[in-house]
Amino acid sequence: MSADTKQNPITQNTITIDGQEIPFQAGQTIMDAALAAGVYIPHLCHRQGLTPHGSCKLCVVDIASRSVSSHNSDRRLQAKFPADADSRSASACTMPAVAGQQISNNTPALNEVRKTITQMLFIEGNHICPSCEKSGDCTLQAMAYHLGMLDGHFPQFFQRREVDASHPTIMLDRDRCILCELCVRASREVDGKNVFAIAGRGINAHLIVNSASGKLVDSDLETSDLAAHICPVGAILIKEHGYEVPIGQRTFDLHQVSEIGLEKTILTKVRQPDE
Amino acid sequence: MDSANTTGLLRSVIAEAYAESPHLLYVLYALQQQFLHISEEAVREVAAHLDLPSSQVDAVVEFYSFFHKTPRGRYDILFSNCTSCGYMAGGVDLMAMLGRRLDIVAGNTRGDGLVSMDQTSCIGMCDHGAALLVNGMPITSLDDTMIDRIAALVEAETPLEDWPAGWFQVDDNIRVSGLLLKDDLLAGICLRAMLAHGAADTLSEIIQSGLRGRGGAGFSTGMKWQFCREAQGAAHYVVCNADEGEPGTFKDRVLLHSHADSLFEGMTVCAFAVGAKQGYLYLRGEYRYLLPHLQSVLARRRELGLLGVDILGQPGFSFDIGIVVGAGAYICGEESALIESLEGKRGIPRVRPPFPVTHGYLGQPTVVNNVETFIAAAHIVLRGSAWFRVVGTEKSAGSKILSISGDCAAPGIYEYPFGVTIRQVLDDCGAKDAQAVQVGGPSGTLIDSAEFDRRLGFDDLSTGGSLMVFSQARDLLAVIVNFAHFFAHESCGFCTPCRVGTTLLKNGLDKIAGGHGTRYDLDEMQHLAALVKCRSHCGLGQTAANPILDGLQRFPQAFEQRLVHRDFEPHFDLDAALEEARQISHRDDAAAHIE
Ligand SMILES: Cc1cc2nc3c(=O)[nH]c(=O)nc-3n(C[C@H](O)[C@H](O)[C@H](O)COP(=O)(O)O)c2cc1C
Ligand code: SF4
Ligand code: SF4
Ligand code: FES
Repeated sequence: MSADTKQNPITQNTITIDGQEIPFQAGQTIMDAALAAGVYIPHLCHRQGLTPHGSCKLCVVDIASRSVSSHNSDRRLQAKFPADADSRSASACTMPAVAGQQISNNTPALNEVRKTITQMLFIEGNHICPSCEKSGDCTLQAMAYHLGMLDGHFPQFFQRREVDASHPTIMLDRDRCILCELCVRASREVDGKNVFAIAGRGINAHLIVNSASGKLVDSDLETSDLAAHICPVGAILIKEHGYEVPIGQRTFDLHQVSEIGLEKTILTKVRQPDE
Repeated sequence: MDSANTTGLLRSVIAEAYAESPHLLYVLYALQQQFLHISEEAVREVAAHLDLPSSQVDAVVEFYSFFHKTPRGRYDILFSNCTSCGYMAGGVDLMAMLGRRLDIVAGNTRGDGLVSMDQTSCIGMCDHGAALLVNGMPITSLDDTMIDRIAALVEAETPLEDWPAGWFQVDDNIRVSGLLLKDDLLAGICLRAMLAHGAADTLSEIIQSGLRGRGGAGFSTGMKWQFCREAQGAAHYVVCNADEGEPGTFKDRVLLHSHADSLFEGMTVCAFAVGAKQGYLYLRGEYRYLLPHLQSVLARRRELGLLGVDILGQPGFSFDIGIVVGAGAYICGEESALIESLEGKRGIPRVRPPFPVTHGYLGQPTVVNNVETFIAAAHIVLRGSAWFRVVGTEKSAGSKILSISGDCAAPGIYEYPFGVTIRQVLDDCGAKDAQAVQVGGPSGTLIDSAEFDRRLGFDDLSTGGSLMVFSQARDLLAVIVNFAHFFAHESCGFCTPCRVGTTLLKNGLDKIAGGHGTRYDLDEMQHLAALVKCRSHCGLGQTAANPILDGLQRFPQAFEQRLVHRDFEPHFDLDAALEEARQISHRDDAAAHIE
């Protein structure tokens, strides 16, 4: 591949997404390059400035095979596309941009995949949007609208999940947690704390709190922490500030998720006015 | 015991274990052994002693199947649920039988704390019939009379040492020997050959041999070692993947038992080639019974100067091997999840790139290879790459060791040159009326009898070593349902397609097997299976749907004959939901039913 790119200097530091050529810098992922160029790739577990996670899989893209590195020691990848060998699935948020990559992103087929994944997230948890304070500000809900999702499609799992209302100012309702680990990373990487973690395996995976009692009240989480605000759904909520912005005037009432997703997130501590 | 005493005891168990091995899994195992569970207090004490966040300790306890937050019985019985060595393998439900004898339901601990019982994923005894683990020790070839006797021994609280010794016998069952199984190498013989050649020549010999990974991926072993050797890092590591969790695979069990010297020789060769000072053997928890044997081989090798400082008198060539035992998680066979587990975390596959050869254990360059790969490498160093290359095919050099189980006369270990046909294999193991063969375990390929002339190799049928035979009498749908349950149980839960998708597939199959599926459900299954396969984060999710996709393609009748011929049937069974009400009201008349 390197020989290839030398002969063709135009592709030296650009990738192509849906036919559009996009520059990138060494070390950037496909997502970094796309967002910087104003190209939206749907994402839920990604936030600029935090370590990429690669778990929600909303950002799946297809990369044409000729730019795929053959250095892969996992047996199961070889069996992955027995019939369809000319493109390979990748998570844009974790895949490094490599010169010359031909990437499909905003295609009906990929958006259909993303819709199904969004439905999976809905039926796995307990999302009763009309009764949720986050409605209108929720990225999961906005994603569903963006992808034209009309129902959950799959049978609901109706999992029993714990609510933690112990903290005086912050509420944790695991019913709505999508396991994106944004709060986990925000706490570690920005707040300099380590309030959250994921425990359990498979469908039993769940968010836990790093405190002696396992309750939020005994953790060092504060309202000013990024972790208290970063949740894309209504799982972590600030108490006593409900419905301050009326429904109809909320973030996704006024903007598309594809606009908000392009905004650069500046990760500074969020201070409440009363602090 | 009062709480101060409990705390004191907890602390002493933790301190003692930690002094023996600093690995979190080791310390947690010691606690599970001593207290039959790992309490909230124990979690906090471990966190304090190992200087870890308590959430990390908690997360690990909840991740691995062999750690428990509520007490297990003094006899903890785990039945394999594999199609070959599971509790249904003989056609009768042995677990239900023992449950009746002991008055206990699977998943529970009996009120008196004497016994607990549950099922667990394949324990690698597939050549021995139905099998279980009691307090970690395997008992094989189970039948109903043994179940009666086990129940009696448990009730009488007979110590395991006094149970019939023959029950715990695990045989090698080597049926066909080839390149590697013909002889065990004399300890030290490869290392001497290697020192005579030097590291660079040894490495090029491995590359030239064409050896590819035996864990299934088939990546060139020599290239992997070369990448690791070239990678910059404060330390390099050699890790042997002895997690062998793929149902139907037990060849590493036999290699660990009877060819441990060759394995450690191969790891030491690798260490010399890549410049590693420390190695680890990651042994699956189900094979813990092999630990004393492996430790004694390591100890002997240290005495012989084959491990430790200045190996064989070569100044600066120092290397040692530690054993870390897993705790019931198939995903820890995936190399980056294995490394996470070694580091005392949940077994979550890492984002790749970077790969372990540059960023592995503790972020340092690390080689991860299968047991058989290291053994093959040791032989190659001794006998040369040409000796290896003449066997097998162009793309798949050398031999492959198979674990054969299922419906055949002689289950066991068979070593063949690559390129052998499935038909040949079936003839040799006495599989008379096979309708299907699962090559490479549930994550591999299900083939039908029209494909028995296909060949084993990386360019046709690839396998990590599992080969399961299903006769005409088998209910293939039941097999596929079993595999779907396996993947849903073993999904690590990190990524959405696999976490949710494997459970949806499992539920969908249960609906069909239960006689409630329609054509719509089959189409749904096909669609969902393709998504899980293509969009999951790691090899587990990417292969979890294989049995369903292969089954739908090759054995559609196995599904279709169970369908109800309606357009749609809800997952929710209204009539069944009324059952409790019928029981309470003692009614069973027509009006108490729907439809
Ligand atoms: C879910 C999963 C389970 C795996 N289990 C094993 C295993 O038990 N043993 C093994 O050697 N490789 C296993 N692998 C493959 C490893 O990731 C890795 O490719 C292998 O250990 C490399 O060694 P090799 O090159 O010698 O085959 C597994 C992979 C996946 C995705
Ligand atoms: S609580 Fe919110 S931010 Fe944290 S993992 Fe769950 S969904 Fe993500
Ligand atoms: S594919 Fe499954 S096992 Fe692999 S990371 Fe995703 S959830 Fe975990
Ligand atoms: S945004 Fe890439 S996987 Fe979640």
